[in-house]
Amino acid sequence: MNDVTPYILLSAILFTIGTVGVLVRRNAIVVFMCVELMLNASNLALVAFAYQHGDLEGQIAAFFVMVVAAAEVVVGLAIIMTIFRTRRSASVDDASLLKY
Amino acid sequence: MFLFTEGGHSIPVVDPLGTAGVFSLMWLVIALPLAGAAVLLLGGRRTDSWGHYLGTAMPIGSFAISVYMLLDLLGRDETERSVSQHLWDWVSVGDFRVGMDLLVDPLTILFLLLITGVGSLIHVYSIGYMSHDPRRRRFFGYLNLFVAAMLMLVMSENYLGLFLGWEGVGLASYLLIGFWQHKPSAAAAAKKAFVINRVGDIGMSLAIAMFFVTFGSTSFTVISQGAGEAGDGALTAIGLLLLLGACGKSAQVPLQAWLLDAMEGPTPVSALIHAATMVTAGVYLITRSNFIFELAPHAQTAVVVVGTVTLLWGAVIGCAKDDIKKALAGSTMSQIGYMVLAAGLGVYGYAFAIFHLLTHGFFKANMFLGAGSVMHGMDDDVDMRHYGALRKAMPVTFATFAMGYLAIIGFPGFSGFWSKDHIIEAALVESPIAGVCALLGAGVTGFYMTRLMLMTFFGEKRWLKDVHPHESPSVMTVPLMVLAALSVLGGVLFIGHWIVDWLSPVVGEAPEHALPIPALALTAITVVVVAAGVAVAWLLFGRRPVPATMPIDVSPVIKAARADLYGDAINEGLVVQPGRVLTSGVVGFDHSGADGLVRGGASVVAGAGQGLRKLQNGFVRSYALSVLSGVLIVIVTLAVVNL
Repeated sequence: MNDVTPYILLSAILFTIGTVGVLVRRNAIVVFMCVELMLNASNLALVAFAYQHGDLEGQIAAFFVMVVAAAEVVVGLAIIMTIFRTRRSASVDDASLLKY
Repeated sequence: MFLFTEGGHSIPVVDPLGTAGVFSLMWLVIALPLAGAAVLLLGGRRTDSWGHYLGTAMPIGSFAISVYMLLDLLGRDETERSVSQHLWDWVSVGDFRVGMDLLVDPLTILFLLLITGVGSLIHVYSIGYMSHDPRRRRFFGYLNLFVAAMLMLVMSENYLGLFLGWEGVGLASYLLIGFWQHKPSAAAAAKKAFVINRVGDIGMSLAIAMFFVTFGSTSFTVISQGAGEAGDGALTAIGLLLLLGACGKSAQVPLQAWLLDAMEGPTPVSALIHAATMVTAGVYLITRSNFIFELAPHAQTAVVVVGTVTLLWGAVIGCAKDDIKKALAGSTMSQIGYMVLAAGLGVYGYAFAIFHLLTHGFFKANMFLGAGSVMHGMDDDVDMRHYGALRKAMPVTFATFAMGYLAIIGFPGFSGFWSKDHIIEAALVESPIAGVCALLGAGVTGFYMTRLMLMTFFGEKRWLKDVHPHESPSVMTVPLMVLAALSVLGGVLFIGHWIVDWLSPVVGEAPEHALPIPALALTAITVVVVAAGVAVAWLLFGRRPVPATMPIDVSPVIKAARADLYGDAINEGLVVQPGRVLTSGVVGFDHSGADGLVRGGASVVAGAGQGLRKLQNGFVRSYALSVLSGVLIVIVTLAVVNL
């Protein structure tokens, strides 16, 4: 068996950093990067487990995640750009009109 | 055939013969007035000009057939005087059959003659009395409808048919009390009579249901033959339910309150329906159901109590009324109390109840029509305090009214003397308390009738301005004269105990009973008591002038009598108010309980929604936090479950 523990640990650390970043940072770009970090952490976990089990399904899933993430980046950055243009701010707390 | 009671009385069983001869025309007695009603009510204005003649001819035709049937019955043997006619199957469901059967026997034929005879006279009178009324044709239509329903009531051979007539007379009574419907008081009185009668009808319909359950039939023949085998409890219940029905229709305590208000109707209606015929239907019912009551002594006791209370109740009300029709209505209530009392005495009293019913039909119709004649001359004023000294202005009305007066107080020789005297006698033997009350009632009758007589026909003129009393036209006075003659001569029915023997095939033969004192002495006592009542009335109303306005400073007893002994207040307190409380309670429960449950549920959901809405605060990071917490909860849960 291949020991994948270090990869999984790294994945967990990266995911935690991303989560904390999403929760504590206000800047939309940074929040966005944290989201990407979480996606990549999960990719790492997928690849590591695939490697451990010796099949390709996890590897393929990782590619799918990358494709979706790329599409998401396009849409997300466009939204952030539009909000910045109208409000002159990239803080996620300022964009809080849609509420009760 | 006979049934036998524990006391050894024999009760005749209804066992009619088939139809033959004149009796095949039996159905015509009902059909004629019914056809009259149909033509007058459906024919509309086209019949306005001749409608009242048609309406009068119909009961006269029925009367002719009834007389013919009486003559036939008189020629028959005592055991063959009961004839029934099957017209058609009315209800036929499985084993349960009710035929449209008619029955004529010695009891029914007397009622037929009373209803069609007095009814015809009142129709004739109404031609004059209603001559100025634009809706006279409709009035005659309703009167014919009433006569047809009343004949159905007394001719039916089963309780269901009797009930059909029973409701029919109730409807006609409603229509005629409220005939002047433009007067709010008349409309209210009609409604009151209808509603109180419904209470009695509950008793009637439950009794009929009991007949179905107990005997599987409503036919008099079947029930009278099977009554001996029925249980005591069922018979007592049926008896009490029939009594409730009789109380409603005959204005007996506790359902008496409608009769005084019913005087809002035209006077011929008061005479025909609320004196001579319909209100006596309760007495007919009890007498007809003798095979039930003879076997249900507790129910019989209740009948005696109701009759005794009512005869005093009505008499006291009659003493204090200034409205001539209401004074007569109180008197009617009291006299029917006598009949009910007599009917409650069982085989000793049935014949006298019917005898008094007939004589009362004559003299009370006479006096009501007389009162109508007085009102006709006094511009429809009914207040006796505005009358006085009318005997010169209206000699015929006075003379005929006086005959009725002497008959009702029981002046020796007049019809009421014979009938009332025997009721008092039978009551004293069977139930001394009721007998003493009846004796007392006779004295009070003497008082209130003398008061009415003195206030109306004697003393000073107290007429209002522009009132010119005049004698009524002969179309009104001739019926008065006929009824006056009957009031005087009604006693001939009792010659040689004829009516008692005549009715014995239906109601049974009374065994000898011993009077505590000689009959003649009792008669003398009765006459003395009546004379005392008359004397008191003369002292109060004859010897000194009658005030033209009602004295206000009077004793509580008179105040109570003026207020109908608080009959309305009792109904209000015992029935109406608790009913209102009950309905408002139900409405309150509906609003707070049933609606509250639904509304409460909705507001809990709405409140929860208001609270949960705050979670949607617009901050992306708090949404992220809730997503994270959700994920953590899922993971922890999975971990715990898998452990």
